[in-house]
Amino acid sequence: MSMAAEPRELRDDVLNGLQLSTQLERVWRTPSGFLGALMSVDHKVVGRRYIVTAFVFLLLGGILAVLMRIQLAGPEKTFLSADKYNQVFTMHGSTMMFLFAVPVMEAFAVYLVPLMVGTRNIAFPRLNAFSYWMFLFGGCFLWISFALNVGPDVGWFAYVPLSSLQYTPTKRPDVWAQMITFTEVAALAVSVEIIVTVFKQRAPGMTLDRIPLFVWAMLVTSFLVMFAMPSIMVASTSLILDRLVNTRFYDSSSGGHPLLWQHLFWFFGHPEVYIIFIPGTGMVSAILATFARRPVVGYPVVILSLIATGFLSFGLWVHHMFVTGLPQLGAGLFTASSMLIAVPSGLQIFCWLATLWDGRPVYRTPLLFVIGFVVIFVLGGLSGVMVASVPIDTQVHDTYFVVAHFHYVLIGGAVFPLIGAVYYWFPKIAGRMLSERLGRWNFWLAFIGFNVAFFPMHILGLIGMPRRVYTYTADMDWAHLNLLSSGGALIFALSFALLLVNVIYSLRKGELAGDNPWNASTLEWATASPPPPQNFDRIPVVKHRDPLWADNESLPVVAGLSAERREVLLTSLAEAEPQIREASPEPSIWPLLTAIATTVFFIGSIFTPWAVLWGTPPMAVALIGWFWPTGSKEDEE
Amino acid sequence: MACLLAACAGRQSALDPQGLQSEQIQQTLFIFLAVAAAVWIAVVIVLALSMVRRKRLADQPLDLHQGFEERTGRVILGLGIATTVIVLGLSIVSYAGQRTVFAKDEHALTLKIIGHQWWWEVRYEDDSPHRSFVTANEIRIPTGRPVKVELETADVIHSFWVPSLTGKMDLITGQKNELQFTAKNAGVYRGQCAEFCGLQHAHMAFAVIALPPDEFARWRDHENQGASSPTDKLGKQGEALFRARGCALCHNISGTLAGGQFGPDLTHIGSRTTIAAGTLPNTPATLGAWIADPQHIKPGSLMPKMPLQSGELITIIHYLEQLK
Repeated sequence: MSMAAEPRELRDDVLNGLQLSTQLERVWRTPSGFLGALMSVDHKVVGRRYIVTAFVFLLLGGILAVLMRIQLAGPEKTFLSADKYNQVFTMHGSTMMFLFAVPVMEAFAVYLVPLMVGTRNIAFPRLNAFSYWMFLFGGCFLWISFALNVGPDVGWFAYVPLSSLQYTPTKRPDVWAQMITFTEVAALAVSVEIIVTVFKQRAPGMTLDRIPLFVWAMLVTSFLVMFAMPSIMVASTSLILDRLVNTRFYDSSSGGHPLLWQHLFWFFGHPEVYIIFIPGTGMVSAILATFARRPVVGYPVVILSLIATGFLSFGLWVHHMFVTGLPQLGAGLFTASSMLIAVPSGLQIFCWLATLWDGRPVYRTPLLFVIGFVVIFVLGGLSGVMVASVPIDTQVHDTYFVVAHFHYVLIGGAVFPLIGAVYYWFPKIAGRMLSERLGRWNFWLAFIGFNVAFFPMHILGLIGMPRRVYTYTADMDWAHLNLLSSGGALIFALSFALLLVNVIYSLRKGELAGDNPWNASTLEWATASPPPPQNFDRIPVVKHRDPLWADNESLPVVAGLSAERREVLLTSLAEAEPQIREASPEPSIWPLLTAIATTVFFIGSIFTPWAVLWGTPPMAVALIGWFWPTGSKEDEE
Repeated sequence: MACLLAACAGRQSALDPQGLQSEQIQQTLFIFLAVAAAVWIAVVIVLALSMVRRKRLADQPLDLHQGFEERTGRVILGLGIATTVIVLGLSIVSYAGQRTVFAKDEHALTLKIIGHQWWWEVRYEDDSPHRSFVTANEIRIPTGRPVKVELETADVIHSFWVPSLTGKMDLITGQKNELQFTAKNAGVYRGQCAEFCGLQHAHMAFAVIALPPDEFARWRDHENQGASSPTDKLGKQGEALFRARGCALCHNISGTLAGGQFGPDLTHIGSRTTIAAGTLPNTPATLGAWIADPQHIKPGSLMPKMPLQSGELITIIHYLEQLK
């Protein structure tokens, strides 16, 4: 057989307009029906599910927060028992960190990064689908356990020896530790996809210095995930081994040490904060550029700050352990390294302020949330400088001061940008605008509610209220501030209810968005809202950091990708020069089946070590199915 | 505001220091607070100005003014350097404070404190055994003299924290930590466990009672003696019941046959201010309620509910109240 005998493949350069769109849509669409939906490998479908699921967990975690605030509104309340409260605060922390904050950022990246770099699908789309199922099953596992009164109750940090078999002889810590494994697998998978997508699938001409700041932020975040998560994986796996098969990693009477847990946990735990915060900064940069009507000042400064933050974030975990009896000089050095992270964070703030200073701000809801972010996050950052000091930390460590601090940083630094991002990208995802009027109410309720809820906690911590207490005695003078805080929490909760109403209302009645309702500059706005399955009919060519501002009407494109099978264009890492056409996987049910097999394996293994043995064959079968040669063109090569 | 200030002057407050260390920490805290407030206000002012200042008119996002970009670059660089300098300055301030707070005195009075779920064992140790004794949840110290507490735990990690006197230090399984502090003024300072330690973490408080040195010496001499034998008939019955009903299996009362080592030492329970690790004031009524049903007051507490007739309960309370 000679090559010439093959009929020439249909390419996107011979089709045009509607014909091309229809053809590509046929090739890239998710199969119809329930089974088809389960097989989807479209990054937009998976990303949307990821976002919605993460927000469901936000809702659940938020309800827990309200329960805690009701319990703490007055002294010696019996609304929640001690046992229930300990489960609730553990579930709140674990849900918010592992099932909401990290996944929701990854979810936005899964949806947006391929669009922003101008490609047709994320790298490793089946892995992406698998990642979502693992996240979903892990989250359900945790919450179903909680509903069955087996919710973890040893804190989201699960310090040994409290979480050891000796002091918690129930299945609760096992549930917690195994939930970690689920979310780790999911997060690591997404990180690999994002890194490869950004490095190899950028539109031609999108050199490293033309990558949108949000994409840069997600790239740095993905590297953080890859280096930080293995640490918690080692920690939680060792914990499960200690509990189930009598290893002694953390048992001080047999040569282990409980502080080993704390080192491993915080070596993950501190970068974790930046895994949540850095995507928030990416959202801020994206929103700010659009609504200040100019590019963000100091593009290279912002990127170098992100990278510096990434590196520094691995050098300050010890500030969570200042009161464990460490050598004084060592602790003092970690004070300096912890405070140093204020420098790259500060530089970014300065760049954003300068952008707003020179820009022509359009005060729509996303920008309001960004302004709220600056006010709240800077305060949180500064209280962070305070807790980084060893002497101050000995007083405020494990008190409500720290609770206030990290909610200012995480809600201010990540949730405010995130809600801004919801208002900003909802039109792209849903094709309709969110209500601006409800949006303003949403912002002001959130801003006021947040500050009323969390500012008093600074004072509570300084006047002696420790964290993680299910109640306090009436003679402690904490009642007024706690009541105030609880009132603020209700207002804050109301703002999220309003967001939900806005989303449900706008999905049906919202104003139609069009391709680029905000007149923004990045590539996701160069396609329809919502984007078609193929994202772009032809791959755009990027000649400027803000392509849609530079080439407003006629974005240059490349052609030549297959129009009869799924194909993406790979480009070089630095200069984004076209290199090769690469097949992109078809929809498949195997990622779901593999995730189910893995779930059975993971959950079974907390009941019997034999599950590791008997759980392996189904996983092997699923993986063989997943990778079975399909006779596609790529397989033959 | 007045209410706020009143709240700051609490008996468990970092803002109302009564010891040398807590004073030093408060100073460091105020320096940091001043810098942080200044920076935050400056940022908010710039933010506000950037929102209200007059803007260019045309919507041409890429029509940038080169002069502005260059000037801004220099300003941002300058601010970055300023941030670095501030941060390093604060690190030095912090380290200086840290040195003072953790300075060690060789002649300190040494106590050993052992954390339990959910109470504090306090051991006054001396070279001669007859001058050593054990108590619980209440630490008496002399004013003006450095006190060194050696911190250990019998089970999980706890954290020893008396904000009025100094910052906290963890009690870690398999490790010995220590903390030094000096009370300046006599008074009762409340402390509380600050590391989550399980079900009743919220009810694991204690009191540090700082006494003038001579008063402390008298107290210590008294504490060295075992419990005084009850003088009345009811008291003697109580002592017998304390053993017969199983209390003595867990609790020690020096000078009697009760020698349990599992629960708090009760040798001088009658003179303590609180019971159940700071959960309730020590009165005959609360003591009765506690013994009658500990699980109601402190669910999960390791003290079981003992089956006692109400007459027996009254007898035991009467006995315990005499142990001054």
